[in-house]
Amino acid sequence: MSIFNFAFSPMPPQCEALRAEVRAFLQANGRDWTAASRAQSWDGFDPEFSRKVGAHGWIGMTWPKRYGGGERSALERHVVLEEMLVAGAPVSLHWIADRQSGPLLLRFGTERQRREILPAIARGTLCFCIGMSEPDAGSDVANIRTRAVRTETGWRVTGTKLWTTNAHRAHYMIGLFRTSGAPADRQRGLSQFLVDMTVPGITVRPLPDLAGREHFNEVTFDGALLPSDSLLGQESEGWSQTLAELALERSGPERFLSSIQALIELIRIKAAAASDEDRATIGRLVAQLMTLRRMSLSVAGMLEAKQTPALEAAVVKDLGTGFEQALPETVQSLLGLELDRDHGTELERAMAHLVRMAPAYSLRGGTREILRGIIARGLGLR
Amino acid sequence: MNDTQQILREMVERLFADHVNPPLLAQAEQGIWPGALWRLVEQQGLTRPRVPEEQGGLGCGWDDAFIIVRAAGYHGLPIPLPETIAASWLLSQAGLTSPDGPLTLGGAHPEDRLRLAPGNQGWRLSGTAHRVPWGRAAGSVVLVLGETGNLRIAHAACAGAKIEPGTNLAGEPRDRLSFTDHPVAVAPWPAAFADNPVRTIGAMLRSAQIAGALANALDRSITYANDRYQFGRPIAKQQAVQHDLARLAAEAAAVEVAAETAFLAAERGDPDLLVAAAKIHAGLAVPQATGIAHQVHGAIGFTLEHPLQWATRRLMSWRNEFGGDRQWSVILGRRILDLGADRFWPYLAAQ
Repeated sequence: MSIFNFAFSPMPPQCEALRAEVRAFLQANGRDWTAASRAQSWDGFDPEFSRKVGAHGWIGMTWPKRYGGGERSALERHVVLEEMLVAGAPVSLHWIADRQSGPLLLRFGTERQRREILPAIARGTLCFCIGMSEPDAGSDVANIRTRAVRTETGWRVTGTKLWTTNAHRAHYMIGLFRTSGAPADRQRGLSQFLVDMTVPGITVRPLPDLAGREHFNEVTFDGALLPSDSLLGQESEGWSQTLAELALERSGPERFLSSIQALIELIRIKAAAASDEDRATIGRLVAQLMTLRRMSLSVAGMLEAKQTPALEAAVVKDLGTGFEQALPETVQSLLGLELDRDHGTELERAMAHLVRMAPAYSLRGGTREILRGIIARGLGLR
Repeated sequence: MNDTQQILREMVERLFADHVNPPLLAQAEQGIWPGALWRLVEQQGLTRPRVPEEQGGLGCGWDDAFIIVRAAGYHGLPIPLPETIAASWLLSQAGLTSPDGPLTLGGAHPEDRLRLAPGNQGWRLSGTAHRVPWGRAAGSVVLVLGETGNLRIAHAACAGAKIEPGTNLAGEPRDRLSFTDHPVAVAPWPAAFADNPVRTIGAMLRSAQIAGALANALDRSITYANDRYQFGRPIAKQQAVQHDLARLAAEAAAVEVAAETAFLAAERGDPDLLVAAAKIHAGLAVPQATGIAHQVHGAIGFTLEHPLQWATRRLMSWRNEFGGDRQWSVILGRRILDLGADRFWPYLAAQ
């Protein structure tokens, strides 16, 4: 009868010990983090921190032990992620590899790639980027024009990727390239590749974002030569492989906690004296946060049960990004802040960052419009 | 949901779908008590799921009660079934006898002024309870009185009270009951649901009913959008309509999750915070969701002839009954501010 399945996923008992362990770690390592640095959240980049997280076994937690994983549950992973995000930990280096690229390699990589790369990801030393978008292929991913052409020793890649987060720091890219056909063939003829970013013929040009930070890039492939085993999974199956990957990207706590520091700091400054309007604002925000967390945990429970909750993930991301996008605006409006680009108190600098980042929340990882299209299909409207 | 719950859900859905229809709803709104429907529901034991079996109830949990209350909301059941489920539970918790027939709840309205006094033969109740659901139809009302830490449950027969009829926007009775030296059974309230158990449990019921009614409005809107042709194709093929319905579906799903979570917390005995979250979420979702449902239905959905209004008029009322999102947000916000910036997350994560 219900269109969606958001069954209650109780936290296994081992989660609470893990949560305490993660909190103690964050307390010890986060002493110098300011509100402004915490607000960077999963965009914060810190190689030393990522190595420490890896040393605790909190990257690749669900992967097999023989590949450096921890064989733990999706719910345990959820606990680590949400604690990291609430603490504003700088997880950007390992984030994409932990969430998407590692699981993808686990499914489609060669045994050699799994043995070599997955343990390094789990140690927190490898940074990945995702080469999907292009100048003419944003939400319309199937319009990809970057080509990989077979050579005697492998593949020759020519074309341009755009909006590629962390490409300037990444050791590897998971790239989606056209191996046959033309853009008119849509998703037919697309294949996924593991790209070593150090091979000659790859140029990375940063594109500063609204908040003035460099994490976006334009990546140009000028006949870059890739070895034959860089093809991931089946040739021409890149589209369906990508869709499976996107489901992993859409339901985690990062889809509603991106701007959580705004709420934490609001509670901090209103704790001593608050009006009913302050209380009501905080109450509304917390109510939404609680529900989103429950929904996200449901999806984690389904992933754990080896289900593919693509529709539920789209719902969580649509609602969650709406929440995290409205949150900085709500706080800024309640406090009546006039923000300076470069100066201010810790709170003001955090808010200046979040207000400028917020437009990205409903774009990255599938736009709101794409998500609503997915939900509408699930409702039987398309 | 386990197998027993699946069976309960199918049974309840079939029963309500077979017996609740627009003519019955219209008659009930005219003030005709649907006695046959009540007897059917009572015979199935659905009015007392939370009363122990040895006291004549089903001995079910709140998670089971959620299924019944949500379905009552989906079908707009024109009888005080949620209220009776809650009232019979309150009585059994307080060690008071729970009579058969429809029961209701009082003492949670901000304007209520009620006082107990010892009389010659037991306690006497005086004062007024406002907006009592189905006050005119219920045999008795379960009220909460007193301050936090010293709460009492009073069980008052409605016969002998002065009843001034009122209704909500859907025509459901919301009556004013005035008592003068009215004999009542009284018992101290055990600690769970500490603040005001009637308000908390009432808000919990309404959030589940809202989840049901939102699902009804969504189902009707999807069907209508697929059936209604304009510009030579179903309006469901219009991207603007698809995206609105996706929003409605997401909001309805969130309210359902929030409400179910509150019932699960009630099963554990400490639902206050999660009931607040559920009622806030429901209150915020209702105007958006009913707005979309009516927009998709166009002019026909705005007429009393069309069944959409059986859901949406209830939604418009239920969102503010037993506290609206504003009142519950202040309560939740105060609780969070008391915890402070460094302790609120650990508290939420432990829920």
